[in-house]
Amino acid sequence: MTQPIYSFPGGLHPADHKAESNGRPIAAAPLVPRYQVPLRQHAGQPAKAIVHAGDTVLRGQLIAIPDGRISAAVHAPTSGRVVAVGPHPVAHPSGLADLSVVIEADGRDEAVAMMPLAWRDMDPAELREHLADMGLVGLGGAVFPSHVKLAPGPLAIDTLILNGAECEPWITCDDRLMRERAAEVMRGAEIMRHLLGARELLVGIEDNKPEAVAAMQAACAGGNARVVVVPTRYPSGGAKQLVQLLTGLEVPTGKLSTDIGIQVFNVATAYALQRAVELGEPLISRIVTVTGHVARPGNYEVRLGTPIAELIALAGGELPGASGQLIGGPLMGFDLDTPQAPVTKGVNCIIITSADLFPPRPRAMPCTRCGLCAQACPVRLQPYEMYLYARAKDLDKARAYNLADCIECGCCSYVCPSHIPLVDYYRFAKSELAAREREQHAAELARERHDFHSERLEREKREKAERLGRKASERLEAGAVAADDPEAARKKALLEAAVERARKAKEAAAPPANTDHLSPAQQAEIEAIEARRAQAGLGGGSAPAPDEQPDTVAEKT
Amino acid sequence: MIGSPFIQREHNSVRLTMAKVMAALIPGTLAHAWFFGPGIFVSLLVCFAFALLFEGLALLMRGCCFKDFIGDGSVLVTAWLFALSVPPLAPWWLYAVGILFAVVVAKHLYGGLGQNPFNPAMVGYAVLIVSFPNYMTQWPGPSYLVMHLPSLAEAFDLVFAGQGAISADAYTMASPLDTVKTLMRAGVAKVDILANPVFGRFSGSGLEWVAGMYLVGGVLLIANRVITWHVPVAFLAAVAASAAVLHAIDPGNNMGPLFHLLTASVMLGAFFIATDPVSGCATPRGKLIFGALAGFLAIIIRSYGGYPDGVAFSILLMNVAAPFIDAYTQPRVYGHAKGGKVGR
Repeated sequence: MTQPIYSFPGGLHPADHKAESNGRPIAAAPLVPRYQVPLRQHAGQPAKAIVHAGDTVLRGQLIAIPDGRISAAVHAPTSGRVVAVGPHPVAHPSGLADLSVVIEADGRDEAVAMMPLAWRDMDPAELREHLADMGLVGLGGAVFPSHVKLAPGPLAIDTLILNGAECEPWITCDDRLMRERAAEVMRGAEIMRHLLGARELLVGIEDNKPEAVAAMQAACAGGNARVVVVPTRYPSGGAKQLVQLLTGLEVPTGKLSTDIGIQVFNVATAYALQRAVELGEPLISRIVTVTGHVARPGNYEVRLGTPIAELIALAGGELPGASGQLIGGPLMGFDLDTPQAPVTKGVNCIIITSADLFPPRPRAMPCTRCGLCAQACPVRLQPYEMYLYARAKDLDKARAYNLADCIECGCCSYVCPSHIPLVDYYRFAKSELAAREREQHAAELARERHDFHSERLEREKREKAERLGRKASERLEAGAVAADDPEAARKKALLEAAVERARKAKEAAAPPANTDHLSPAQQAEIEAIEARRAQAGLGGGSAPAPDEQPDTVAEKT
Repeated sequence: MIGSPFIQREHNSVRLTMAKVMAALIPGTLAHAWFFGPGIFVSLLVCFAFALLFEGLALLMRGCCFKDFIGDGSVLVTAWLFALSVPPLAPWWLYAVGILFAVVVAKHLYGGLGQNPFNPAMVGYAVLIVSFPNYMTQWPGPSYLVMHLPSLAEAFDLVFAGQGAISADAYTMASPLDTVKTLMRAGVAKVDILANPVFGRFSGSGLEWVAGMYLVGGVLLIANRVITWHVPVAFLAAVAASAAVLHAIDPGNNMGPLFHLLTASVMLGAFFIATDPVSGCATPRGKLIFGALAGFLAIIIRSYGGYPDGVAFSILLMNVAAPFIDAYTQPRVYGHAKGGKVGR
């Protein structure tokens, strides 16, 4: 065991509420009659379904394939029949429905043939190919496709960090996983090390999980991985903060940790990888903490696609006074729209809320620039300045204060004595900036298209003129055979052609004014009018130029 | 949309912060009453009453959330700091004028809580010292140096009915800073000036204890994380350093650093006024610069200015510079090579 010698600025010590759910072993959730398996359970493009209503599927069978590089496969959680492929509620902050494969379980839970791999003897490239269709994503919450992270390309990865910090209050799924299945987690980490070619393997765990630390240390014994116990301080489990804690290095802004030779994976991802490689089992289940205002808080190993309502029932149901559910932790999670949504790869925790456990946020007062937010910010931002400009919709200023570096950890909102929902303002400003960038990009494209269009018209005109010119000279040359002085005749013809072109161009440039080409009757009428004007003493004769007319001027100013 | 986080720190509000500041003012206020009589309680009460009155009226006129703001406590802090900055036992209307400028002009005309570019209490003080200098120099002397310090009842009479049975001469005394200013100008030797009983062991007699109690309250504020150490440390260090330099150059015409440090206004300014987050700097380096320049200016104004004290003016001057200093002292953000300057 090693103590970290580095630290990160700011952070919080909220009540951790781990004891509610970390006392009992992980329980396997029984099969449910119906599974809704969304096609988008990961960052990137949603997977493409390859099954249709009526198909029968087996546990672990591929039901949707990755669409593009940043995407992940989806597999059937159990055996049964596909009853529908269509929009269903999903656990997402937007509350929108998303395309899902609905499977009616047949109860037999038959599996496809799974192929364990002898990974130590395999070339990393070959191994990666096998992994691309296993549906692995980061299970810490970011759900980024793992096969992409395991293929660092030309970048050399020196250090692999396993994230077991689990710094958010209430969540204990990683704690229980490390306590009970440390060996499997470490084997998964070794596979990662093999794939990345990393020299160093560090496991970061907060010191409020002594049992997990002990188990992981035992699993590391004899190997060359190191468990580093970090002080309990939110957000130590943020990837950038954990990198800083364990290595003292900062990930440069706008870059990834791989740019400084570090790759970070959650412990649960390592476990899933171990199963995928050593058992050949794709990602079809995960461990989920069910806690809060519920009868039997605990951790459950749940098939993906299980409706959250079923899982809550398994945990003894909500207690009287329950007010809703949160997905993830209370600092970075989101409010669940409906418990009909299923457990997906990114759902690590379900917290049943009540007014006692989660008192409503008091009414916001004005910012007094007290600076507590800046003291709490792990990124060392000045949240009060970003708030000020986000609220004023001065997006450029908000960006100048490095809004883009905000990790939305919620520390600033947590400590604000004025109870300002600061992170909401940052999310708003970020989405506005993103929208503006999209618009600018679209405008850029439109301009390019317009320029290209104009250029094409221009080119066509030029080409036509050249063609005509060529034809004219060909004709001349044909006629010149008979002529006495062919050179002079050709020059004359060219000159005439040029004069004619110039005349036409002039006509085209200056359309006739309405005072040109007048009939004698019109001319007489004009003269009569002019005479009356002279009599009335208006003089001058000509009408004022149109752009001097008062109403036109008024419009211009 | 209300998104994450879904929890917030318990026992944490603007109101509670204001309550902590006021609690930290209690030792200094009690020390003041101990040495200079209970008159401070009367002026404090009058200032509270006018502050709440003007705050209430301003909120009603602005038509915004009277209920949420009247109880936030910020105006009481302003009133308290103002009351500690002006002489007790002055006529009630003097407090009314000062509080009017502090609360209505300096605070609400700029948008209320959190929007004022200047420290409201210091604006009130500055208006009074410019407009009514004679009233502003009528400080009571310590009980053991004056004939008769007014009792609480007598203090009420003095404030509301004007001078009755007690003549101002019976309880007022030139303040130590006043004494220094006038006598030094008159060419009196420093040794003779310091022989004046208004001076105590280090600074003003009695006042040095009040200053000490402000220091105690200020340390409590730092311990309770209401303020950070940056501004007070920089302010006091700059006061000491500037005074030491001037004293070293011309010991006959300048008071030493300890005299300046232990004046009540320096301690009050360092811990309670220059630390006002709304009108001061907010970045760590900005706070150091802000505090240091305010401390330096305070000594320069004291030594060369027309007024005996310079703390209020130095802080008001630095209030102007605070946004500029903040813009140039942005901390280095995670993952950035160096601290960027954010232009305005």
